[in-house]
Amino acid sequence: MSSYFGTIKRGAETVLGGLKITIEHFARATKRRTPLSAQEDTYFKQPLGLVTIQYPSEAIPTPPFSRYRLHNDAADCIACDQCARACPVQCITIKSFKATPDDIEELGTTSDGSKKKLWLEQFDIDMAKCMYCGYCTYPCPTECLTMTPVHDFSEFDRSNFIYHFGAMTKAKAAEKRAKLAKYEEEEKAKKAAAPKPAAGAARTPLAAKAAATKAEPTAAATETPAAPAADAPKPAPKLSPMMAAKMAAKKVETSEGTAAPAGEAKAADSAATPADAPKPAPKLSPMMQKKLAEAEAKRKAEGGGETNA
Amino acid sequence: MPSVELNQWSNWLSELGVPGLLLIPAIPLVFIAVYALYAGVYGERKVSAFIQDRIGPNETGKWGLLQTIADILKLIQKEDVVPAAADKTLYVLGPIIIFVGAFAAYAVLPFGPAFIGADLNVGIFYAVSIVSIEAVGILMAGWGSNNKWSLFGAVRSVAQIVSYEIPAGLAILCGVMMAGTLSMHGITLAQSGLQADGTNNGLGILNFFIFQSPVAWLAFLIYFIASLAECNRAPFDIPEAESELVSGYFTEYGGMKFAMIFLAEYASMFMVSVIISTLFLGGWNSPLPNLGPLLLNEWTNGPIWGVFWIVTKGFFFIFVQMWVRWTLPRFRVDQLMYLCWKVLTPFAMVALVATAFWEMYVRNTM
Repeated sequence: MSSYFGTIKRGAETVLGGLKITIEHFARATKRRTPLSAQEDTYFKQPLGLVTIQYPSEAIPTPPFSRYRLHNDAADCIACDQCARACPVQCITIKSFKATPDDIEELGTTSDGSKKKLWLEQFDIDMAKCMYCGYCTYPCPTECLTMTPVHDFSEFDRSNFIYHFGAMTKAKAAEKRAKLAKYEEEEKAKKAAAPKPAAGAARTPLAAKAAATKAEPTAAATETPAAPAADAPKPAPKLSPMMAAKMAAKKVETSEGTAAPAGEAKAADSAATPADAPKPAPKLSPMMQKKLAEAEAKRKAEGGGETNA
Repeated sequence: MPSVELNQWSNWLSELGVPGLLLIPAIPLVFIAVYALYAGVYGERKVSAFIQDRIGPNETGKWGLLQTIADILKLIQKEDVVPAAADKTLYVLGPIIIFVGAFAAYAVLPFGPAFIGADLNVGIFYAVSIVSIEAVGILMAGWGSNNKWSLFGAVRSVAQIVSYEIPAGLAILCGVMMAGTLSMHGITLAQSGLQADGTNNGLGILNFFIFQSPVAWLAFLIYFIASLAECNRAPFDIPEAESELVSGYFTEYGGMKFAMIFLAEYASMFMVSVIISTLFLGGWNSPLPNLGPLLLNEWTNGPIWGVFWIVTKGFFFIFVQMWVRWTLPRFRVDQLMYLCWKVLTPFAMVALVATAFWEMYVRNTM
């Protein structure tokens, strides 16, 4: 019997307790919290009340260090391709070719003083593929590739997710490619017979063609100067043969960079590079070697400066 | 109090040549539609939002006021689907009977001293019995849908409504005993403070039955709880139980049939609110007392004020129903039956007997 009345008493008490809580919330509905950033000191001292933030029209600001949409500062980019290689989902597409020595001046330097040696023809990031891991930003030697706090950038068309960061116009790219081809030919003539790198040997004609459109010096030399410009900035290839061609081209580029014209490159850029730079690892491209050497030199200089001071 | 003739408004309408008998039922119908749109759907959404620290509808029109209009327009435009496997007659008749059952009770609701659909001498009895027809409609809808969720919901609903008729009826009897009449108008008049010499004592709220007997609050509480169950409102919403039964007996309904069931739910919410106000809180009588020279009670009584008071009281109880709904979780079936048969019914009996003794030996011997 006592449990019977005890149950009723407990039921009444809990019902009244619950009703008290809800009516308190109801009474507080005149106040509401503002979209304050979590960084604000008053973030946890906001009035109790409505908590809904009406998202599209008001938003809690993301902290300035939050890492969402990628941004590449093309003026600082040395086209080293490290970000594209670090990307686990292959959402970065970089097209670049060497600059002739007389254009090194025009290319200029990055904001941290690194010399640029490659024309950045195309730098596309497909943000629809990006998984926001941030792996691409860590290897960037000039810190030009960063993640920004912009997190809401929905689009109606998926192709709008491909962000073009390369600032080079098609016409200019064609012009510079032609110039490079001419220069290579002249160099070749000067050097008279350096062994050709076996570029298109075991590849399909399509791959060979794609490789030709890439900054492959020997192949480009034989082509007409207008050809690379015509099919240069193709952002999102949908066909698988095209894809294969592109990947093949990439392979060619890499192998070419490591293996063949190291002598040429050195000869061309000997003015810009410290000639006595030590060779760190055989896998790295000459570009990277130079980059690392520069960084090391800089570090040394800075360290020296510190010890002096 | 100015002399007010019952049915004054309908007589006045028929004198104008308007068929009053057609218009009188139309007034509550229009009222239900407007009230269900605003106090019902919109109010419920806003109350639930504020209780849960949300904003609620606020995009369609100022403060989202046009949201329910937009919803109704959508429901009207919807295709009137009847499931292929449904029992078509029952399926179509179900919502109609549910709505008619809820709406028919409005005939005896006293909306004011000059307006009542039909002043039956068995008014409250009629209201209780006609609302029970809803159970038939719900069972028709649940069975006719040929859906296991619908059938579960309907069976639960019928079990619940039939069970809770008993404590509700006993609690109503307490009020009826205090008034000495079953007529809704008579019950309201008994709380207006009319004295034997025809003058009004002007005590206002003190004349209401809830303050006229030491056990009336118990009957009031029991009827309120039972009325929640009869309207299938949370925490007694096991017939709908969206987490278990999709939406119970009206799972298969869409478009205007769904709107009718919805409208019936809000109609019966207001109906039980008016019944509880009439039985225990004075109906259309003003709660304000006369204070010396301030004849507040006299000033705030009359045909127009009567409508104002009954609607205000009704809306207050609707708010309490919403408040309870968004506070308490749903009962389990056995808990529901425990509450009805083992708690409410014995207490209602006690209240009934106590009221009877109070009426016999205290109130009527004075």
